[in-house]
Amino acid sequence: MNLPEFLDMGHYAPYVWGSYGVVAFFMVVEVILLVTKRRSLLKSITRLARLNSKN
Amino acid sequence: MIEVFRWLIWRELALALRRKAEVLTALLFFVIVVSLFPLGIGPEIDTLREIAPGVLWVAALLASMLSLNRLFADDYVDGTLEQLVISSQPLALLVFGKILIHWVLTGLPLVLISPILGMQLGMDMDSIIILMLTLLVGTPVLSLIGAVGAGLTLGVRGGGVLLSLLILPLYIPVLIFGAGAVESAQAGLGVEAHFSLLGAFLIGSLILAPVGAAAALRISLD
Amino acid sequence: MNFFTKAFWLKLSSPKTFYPFAGKMIPVFMAITVVLTLVGLYYGFVLAPPDYQQGDSYRIMFIHVPAAWMSMWIYIVMCLFAIIGMVWRTRLSDMMAGALAPTGAMFAFLALWTGALWGKPTWGAYWVWDARLTSELILLFLFFGFIALRAAIDDPQRAARASALLASVGVINVPIIYFSVKWWNTLHQGSSVGLTQKATMEDSMLTAMMVMTFAFWAYTFMVAFMRVRNEILEREKNSAWVTESVTQRVSEKVEGK
Repeated sequence: MNLPEFLDMGHYAPYVWGSYGVVAFFMVVEVILLVTKRRSLLKSITRLARLNSKN
Repeated sequence: MIEVFRWLIWRELALALRRKAEVLTALLFFVIVVSLFPLGIGPEIDTLREIAPGVLWVAALLASMLSLNRLFADDYVDGTLEQLVISSQPLALLVFGKILIHWVLTGLPLVLISPILGMQLGMDMDSIIILMLTLLVGTPVLSLIGAVGAGLTLGVRGGGVLLSLLILPLYIPVLIFGAGAVESAQAGLGVEAHFSLLGAFLIGSLILAPVGAAAALRISLD
Repeated sequence: MNFFTKAFWLKLSSPKTFYPFAGKMIPVFMAITVVLTLVGLYYGFVLAPPDYQQGDSYRIMFIHVPAAWMSMWIYIVMCLFAIIGMVWRTRLSDMMAGALAPTGAMFAFLALWTGALWGKPTWGAYWVWDARLTSELILLFLFFGFIALRAAIDDPQRAARASALLASVGVINVPIIYFSVKWWNTLHQGSSVGLTQKATMEDSMLTAMMVMTFAFWAYTFMVAFMRVRNEILEREKNSAWVTESVTQRVSEKVEGK
């Protein structure tokens, strides 16, 4: 099977890739959101620590 | 223990009679919602007869759910609820008393007015009797399950909508077998299976729901 | 890390010990996820042949079925953690329950989405009220309810206990709901064909499905651990060990440069 045929998925391309695409999208976005949240938490904690150490 | 129970029942009835308007709200909601369907779908009586079981049951479900806020809210606000919780009486029994009166005032009226609405939707007499019986067995289940949700969402912001979100999935089996029994009767088929299950739901929720609602109240009030 | 001592597991139940442990496990689970996904997709797209009836559209099954399984498993595990947290009053158990919920909801939604896209070419409709899809939809509502209740209550202790009670009620009801919906569906269904009719299963297809399921499990662990770590940081941001650990980490990074 060559690449164009593979991508076509027997004319079911929109359904198959629509499914896999959305699944991949959600999983990637979930991870990205968690990493971003973690970074912002770390930033706010270091800021808090700096403020406290100044006292 | 029995004296406290009796006292509770009398108190609930007395308070409710003082606030008749609220008691009527669920009933009126039921009537109005059912009347909306012909207006939305068309007066074709055969169509209405076909959708009647579902419409009546969904409307009863929603009316039941709307009235749940009244179950604990007032006592919560004036401090009576806390007194009940810390009293030495078994909380599940007291909760059961509240649920019982609540059902008599908001669920039973639905059962009693359903024949009129059934006739409005073109149902025949035999089916209407089945409808009343399903509501008679089913609406207590709705009140019982609803009490657990009401206990959990006590004093929470967005309480009413949140309560609906929590409770409606749990109502679905009752809806399926309640409406299903009426449809079955309309088609001339047997309803024993439906009523066995509705009965099982009733017994199950009679045993478990007051305990669950009591637990929910303890969680909310601690 | 001796996994076989009771002391290890007891210590693990404190957020302070769990935090670094989870931190080490996350890259492991990430690696497992990637490897299993690649293997699963290889089986699913290269080794498995087109289906006799459904052609290539059936390949959606390799993520639809695992997603559906995950949503159910996650709900059960979530309820278990919530109940453990309520009975033994361990905060970490409750945090795990909360961490699993969004992922569970996501998988329920994905099961519905992929189910719709699979149903359209195969049975001509995006949505059919068959027993499993309808139950899946209700499961999605149950997840939303759990998440909404926790979000609505400010006090974390009350939120934990209330959502644990809700989850217990839900877990009892899920089999009842599923049975009711199944009964309802068989009664109303005219013809025989439903989403229950699977493609004729070859070994490679079964393998692909199983591997993808394990891949999703590894993913779930990874994401849940990440979420719990964030929750720990948030809840304990004022405590000494968090401040120490974070500032040490930051200074290490600075020195590393």
